[in-house]
Amino acid sequence: MTTVTDTHEDHHDHGPAKGLMRWVTTTNHKDIGTLYLIFSLIMFMVGGAMAMIIRLELFQPGLQFVDPGFFNQMTTVHALVMIFGAVMPAFVGLANWMLPIMVGGPDMALPRMNNWSFWILPFAFAMLLGTFFMDGGAPAGGWTMYPPLVLQGGNGFPFMIFAIHMMGISSVMGAINVIVTILNMRAPGMTLMKMPLFVWTWFITAYLLIAVMPVLAGAVTMLLTDRFFDTTFFNAAGGGDPVLFQHIFWFFGHPEVYILILPAFGIVSQIIPTFARKPLFGYSSMVYATSSIAFLSFIVWAHHMFTVGMPLQGELFFMYATMLIAVPTGVKVFNWISTMWKGSMTFETPMLFSIGFVIMFTIGGFSGLMLAIAPADFQYHDTYFVVAHFHYVLVTGAIYAIMASVYYWIPKWTGHMYNEKMGQWHFWISTVSVNVLFFPQHFLGLAGMPRRIPDYSVQFAEFNMWSSIGSFVFGLSQVFFCYIVYKTIKGGEKATDQVWEGAEGLEWTLPSPPPYHSFTQAPEIK
Amino acid sequence: MSSENAYYIPHDAKWPIVGSIGLTLLLGGFANQLNGSTSASNVMIVGFLILVYMMFGWFGEVIDESESGTYKKVEGVSFRMGMVWFIFSEVMFFAAFFGALFYIRIFSLPWLGGEGSGASTNEFLWGGYENVWPSNGPGEVGGEYEKMGAWGLPAINTLLLLTSGVTCTWAHWGLVANKRKQLIWGLVATVVLGFVFVGLQALEYSHGYNELNLTLGSGVYGSTFYMLTGFHGFHVTVGAIMLTVMLFRSIKGHFTPENHFAFEAAAWYWHFVDVVWLGLFIFVYWL
Repeated sequence: MTTVTDTHEDHHDHGPAKGLMRWVTTTNHKDIGTLYLIFSLIMFMVGGAMAMIIRLELFQPGLQFVDPGFFNQMTTVHALVMIFGAVMPAFVGLANWMLPIMVGGPDMALPRMNNWSFWILPFAFAMLLGTFFMDGGAPAGGWTMYPPLVLQGGNGFPFMIFAIHMMGISSVMGAINVIVTILNMRAPGMTLMKMPLFVWTWFITAYLLIAVMPVLAGAVTMLLTDRFFDTTFFNAAGGGDPVLFQHIFWFFGHPEVYILILPAFGIVSQIIPTFARKPLFGYSSMVYATSSIAFLSFIVWAHHMFTVGMPLQGELFFMYATMLIAVPTGVKVFNWISTMWKGSMTFETPMLFSIGFVIMFTIGGFSGLMLAIAPADFQYHDTYFVVAHFHYVLVTGAIYAIMASVYYWIPKWTGHMYNEKMGQWHFWISTVSVNVLFFPQHFLGLAGMPRRIPDYSVQFAEFNMWSSIGSFVFGLSQVFFCYIVYKTIKGGEKATDQVWEGAEGLEWTLPSPPPYHSFTQAPEIK
Repeated sequence: MSSENAYYIPHDAKWPIVGSIGLTLLLGGFANQLNGSTSASNVMIVGFLILVYMMFGWFGEVIDESESGTYKKVEGVSFRMGMVWFIFSEVMFFAAFFGALFYIRIFSLPWLGGEGSGASTNEFLWGGYENVWPSNGPGEVGGEYEKMGAWGLPAINTLLLLTSGVTCTWAHWGLVANKRKQLIWGLVATVVLGFVFVGLQALEYSHGYNELNLTLGSGVYGSTFYMLTGFHGFHVTVGAIMLTVMLFRSIKGHFTPENHFAFEAAAWYWHFVDVVWLGLFIFVYWL
């Protein structure tokens, strides 16, 4: 794989086309990566705005700003937008930008399909968000779409189902592209066990995506036919079972949470060695740990359903299997810390976000371990303790890793250094506010405050007010993040090719910004 | 390195956006139709036609590139891997419906019948219900119906599909040995068998709806029966269309013994629907 052939013989400049159509018809992995990242940032703001409405309503007990129906729409669509619109596209965007470069290939393996993977998404989300303007409003039964509640939605229901189908098609195509790129586009000498960890974690994530997105498609298809075509999959009168939906959904849903976190593991494993100026501790154990997590993710799904009524053997199996996940995850945390041990550390913004990730993701991991204990989960289930848990792993986990990766790679992407002082401010304001936002929710949950309810008993008032204040500050600091990104794209100090002193990997051998086609000549792999 | 290893990166992909628009109109129209709009079917048809147009355009472009020798071995590897993982995603799609069937038969119906921890459910909610298969549930949803027998049409269909797998492989052998006649007649046989299968399936459905009172609404038996066989039938139709395209391309003189990815992909897909059918025959019709 040495040179890149062009469609048009007379088209030798290899530059991007001009105008808007460049972005619509592009097959270039960097263009498509940029599209994904911008789309993800927009969705992050849309989903964030919904979170602000939720926290505004929960600022005080009683109903102040929105009616309960709209509140339920907010919680439902906030989750769908953040999961499928913000975090997943951000990771796919990073994969698009970085994977071909990191493995020393010329582009993604299937460039046209790559374009389609992205261009389905804006249509899918137009459909999903369009439901707000329909009779009955947006879906309000929770993002988990449990029947029978979700079947009682308004006209938005079939649109939500089809939007999810489209997101699934997009994800599966994106995942196929990632796998084929990694297996077929590596430069000579780039053996599997030499690949950067971001490549490895995405490789495993892609398998998870291909395995579970179709299962979600099947599950929502059955919802659709239950509502419109008289089937009784989830109706006991016809011999079905609403719990069946939960099993199928969480067979998708649990691997899905690892889809949301494995690429983050990869990112952090790239960044920490750079700023500790030491090679990653335990590279191969990281690969095996990631694989074990991926395997275990398929056999733990029912820990989301401990209170639904399962045979005791089921409860026990899923409890022990879930607790097993702590082992490979512990290996990872140990390796990150060992990488930093006795390193010559500096604390630029990407490193700050990565260290923030390690600490706060671990908090989320521990609360997850608490939730894994079936008898204890009967107390925590559907309370704010769960909300606190998954926001620690998703916001201070996945989102923090994405922030870290943006600061880490944006000098490479744009050729400009971001403003370090602003980056540091962004980190510290975010980190203080996110803990003010989510930490009190642990206590609220332990005290029994249920999730997804717009009103609450007065004894929860104080922690909720703290949480809301934290959320407003956190929200504003993300607007600040948008400004930093915008400013970096527009200009700033010129970035060197190496960018970070301790950085290793093929991406740093290219100019900043890299040429439109990365490796037209296969690089030498040491 | 030699230029033989050059990887082909196409430019200006105009078909994906057409596909997105078509897909959105098709699904958005369908959603409106489900919500009771009367004019939405037109939107669906437009969306469907745009999708068909997109497929003609996109595949046409790729076929032209393939025939003009743009793709070398390395692109072929990408395509093959892509197809394999696409088929794997389809396997998982069917797994969701098979999973539903197994859960219902192993867990939910026995529990409704009072087994395990379902004793009080059975006594207080569905008194007198006994777990049998097939079942339309304790509420006898959809009224009386008859089971679809395994040894009539379905057995014939099994035979047809298995035979078509053989003829498909025979055609492939012909292609590899450069025996074009064997290729073309093998494909003709496969396509005919495939469409006869779909026709018989339609006959079976009409038998089910008109004579057995077995519908999609016949409780969980009807639901799983029509959902599984319906999605399978849809996949057979798609596979047969793919093979028809391969037939026309073979007649036009496309494919060489070394270079025939599209044929292989269609053949893999065909064997995949074949295997799914065996699962269906055993678990939906027979057991």
